[in-house]
Amino acid sequence: MERRIFLKGLGALGCSAAAHPMLTTLTLAATPGENRLVVIILRGAMDGLDVVQPRGDAGLAAARPDVLAPSADLDGFFALHEGLSNLMPLWAAGELAFVHATSTPYRDKRSHFDGQDLLEAGTGTDLVPAAQRDGWLNRLLTVLPGAQSETAWAVGREAMPILAGSAAAQSWSPDQDLAVSAPARALLEHVYEADPLFHQASATAFGLAGMEEGEGQDTDLIADFVAERLRGSARIAAFSLSGWDTHKGQARAIRKPLDQLQRTVLRLKAGLGPDAWGKTVVMAMTEFGRTVRQNGSGGTDHGTGGAMLVAGGAVRGGKVYGRWPGLAEADLYDRRDLLPTSDVRDWAGQVLAGLFGIDQAVLEGTVFPGLKIEMPAQLIL
Amino acid sequence: MDAEGIAIRFGYGLPANASAPEGLIANLAGPDLAASDWPGNTLAEVALAAAAYREARQARDEGAIKAARHALDDLALRGLKTSFARAVGSPDAFRERLVAFWADHFTVAARNRQEAPFPGVLIDEAIRPHVTARFADMLRAVTTHPAMLIYLNQEASFGPGSPKGKRQKKGLNENLARELLELHTLGVGADYAQTDVRELAELLTGLAVGPEGFVFDAKRAEPGAETVLGVRYDGKGMAPIHAVLDDLAARPETAAHLARKLAVHFVADAPDPALVADLEDVFRATGGDLKAVSQALLTHPKAGQGTKARQPFDFMVAAFRALGVTSETILAAAPRDVRRLILNPLQAMGQPFRQAPGPDGWPEAAAAWITPQGLAARIDWAMAAPQRLVRPLPDPRDFLRTALGKRAGERLTWAVGAAESARDGVGLVLASPEFNRR
Repeated sequence: MERRIFLKGLGALGCSAAAHPMLTTLTLAATPGENRLVVIILRGAMDGLDVVQPRGDAGLAAARPDVLAPSADLDGFFALHEGLSNLMPLWAAGELAFVHATSTPYRDKRSHFDGQDLLEAGTGTDLVPAAQRDGWLNRLLTVLPGAQSETAWAVGREAMPILAGSAAAQSWSPDQDLAVSAPARALLEHVYEADPLFHQASATAFGLAGMEEGEGQDTDLIADFVAERLRGSARIAAFSLSGWDTHKGQARAIRKPLDQLQRTVLRLKAGLGPDAWGKTVVMAMTEFGRTVRQNGSGGTDHGTGGAMLVAGGAVRGGKVYGRWPGLAEADLYDRRDLLPTSDVRDWAGQVLAGLFGIDQAVLEGTVFPGLKIEMPAQLIL
Repeated sequence: MDAEGIAIRFGYGLPANASAPEGLIANLAGPDLAASDWPGNTLAEVALAAAAYREARQARDEGAIKAARHALDDLALRGLKTSFARAVGSPDAFRERLVAFWADHFTVAARNRQEAPFPGVLIDEAIRPHVTARFADMLRAVTTHPAMLIYLNQEASFGPGSPKGKRQKKGLNENLARELLELHTLGVGADYAQTDVRELAELLTGLAVGPEGFVFDAKRAEPGAETVLGVRYDGKGMAPIHAVLDDLAARPETAAHLARKLAVHFVADAPDPALVADLEDVFRATGGDLKAVSQALLTHPKAGQGTKARQPFDFMVAAFRALGVTSETILAAAPRDVRRLILNPLQAMGQPFRQAPGPDGWPEAAAAWITPQGLAARIDWAMAAPQRLVRPLPDPRDFLRTALGKRAGERLTWAVGAAESARDGVGLVLASPEFNRR
């Protein structure tokens, strides 16, 4: 196994030095199969208790007299925030699942930055910082058979440490308009022709720019761009949706990020088309959850256990996964937060195994070093 | 190298401020005029604003939170403007580039609004004073600066056997110790072990941040002696910490690591081994005198070889200089314009201001910067920003000479002449490989 990882790593390096990103969907080189993964980092700490509400737990209403939105029943115990109501058809079709009371191993300090770092590094807290400079999606690329430099994309303005590392990956922000007139573009191309680095980068950029002509929000452009890439030769994409840090007036503040999330999922589905969507998993994960009790300004503060959204045709949907720990004070973490009963990496590992056939030993040794995956696979069809 | 070549490679581009290497070296020997002409934020100001913000948040006082946010944002804005003003206006451009190099070597990145003004303060207080002096002094200053102690979690490190460690059940945090060895001194390939990291971490306990700045807190210092790289350090207070830092600065691995980094940053992604070896020799022979090392770099026969991509900050500063945008204009810019013309484009080009991805700083390789996204952002800025900065735009053919001197290639010269507008012509110059390499 060690040898395979090593050889694979060499292959990825050679690729980044020699190849230049090919954007055509007709690329003849092997791709890592037909399955697709989209990872959305929900920056700011999404309040899992408000989004996937444990209505069957008596503790909820007591802790949240003002911060609890209207919701639609999911399974008799959990109910979905009305801000995601457009996703109910996906739930009914078995293409939407949630994981509740889950978290990274990050505890206690509750800093967004450190929490996101750990989420994207995919390591435990025991690992030395040097081991946390690359992200788990990048490490996945080093062990993914058939991975090319255009297999994985970081999309949008936000830096995506989850894809940073030694394996070659692409990045693009679809709001970069590259607004040059046709004559100016011809002159630029003439100037760049003599410099291979500039020639290749600009050729790719001109190919990508202006592809998404939508009038919508930036997040719509991102979703459309990701769908376009995944319909082609790309198999992995990562991007951010922000705005979840609802310390104040949560009832109103959470509406926009929720709407962006549901629009994004629906646009991905529409853009991918039935065939590709059937082979896709979208995982939306956040750095940690929020306090069980609302605070004094109609919001919630940084907590621990949270929720994850999983969507796509390859998902075993229609279910809220994870063991529910309860909201009684004695059941909470630190007497204030939802107690995590699973590690987000367990779920992500299941998805990687199901989509890309990554062995458990490789998952535990390379992608999520130090992790022991114990739960049975259940999330993927 | 001619004066133009030196200004492009070792400064922030044309027009050249100093006509010859002798001029740049003479400047290095003089006082740091840019720091006094364009003063930056002080630790006291920044710490006060950060404390006010923390207190307001604890008290949940909305009005006070808003005011404290404004104060922090103002400080961060002033820090950014000061950096640009110095780089654009200083007659001592090589010094500014050296400051940027050492700031990257000792990266401290802002992770949130509260921290945004801190990296600039570390640069002013711990890096600038030593850029033409001894590396060992810079190492001491940086390692005890609150911005570094916070960034690499040293303020959260307690000797497990110290009074506070025992009472509060707190332990070591190895982050600073590890980066000290791996990044700041010996380099990752050097021969040290995890036990050295751990012993150094124990030795560093006591470094802490108080309300007024750096403090040595004996109550969190691990009692007893520690052994790092075979040397035993004993004693109380700062003395053993200063001793280990001095020893690390004097190690031959440190000289080799720093010589290579300097050559890679200033000259070529894969520099001539002779250049690296000579810089290393000077570093060792002078006991880490950074003025001597910098002079050796500037005057080395191999200093003109190879090519580098200008990083986004350098690209923007060089463009300001070529366009004639002055330090005063930058300092007077409205926050909205700074966001639109500097902050957002820097992020799109891949280098959000003072937010390096990790303690190892920004990448050096040209291929890390001239990516589809990075180049597209440079092209967009080159086409759109100049007309917001100068009116009327210069004649593109004149601008080509101003910005690149004799370095404009045939293709570019032809293309600039063929451009259908001044906007496109100026944009072509700034987006060209010649302008984006140095």
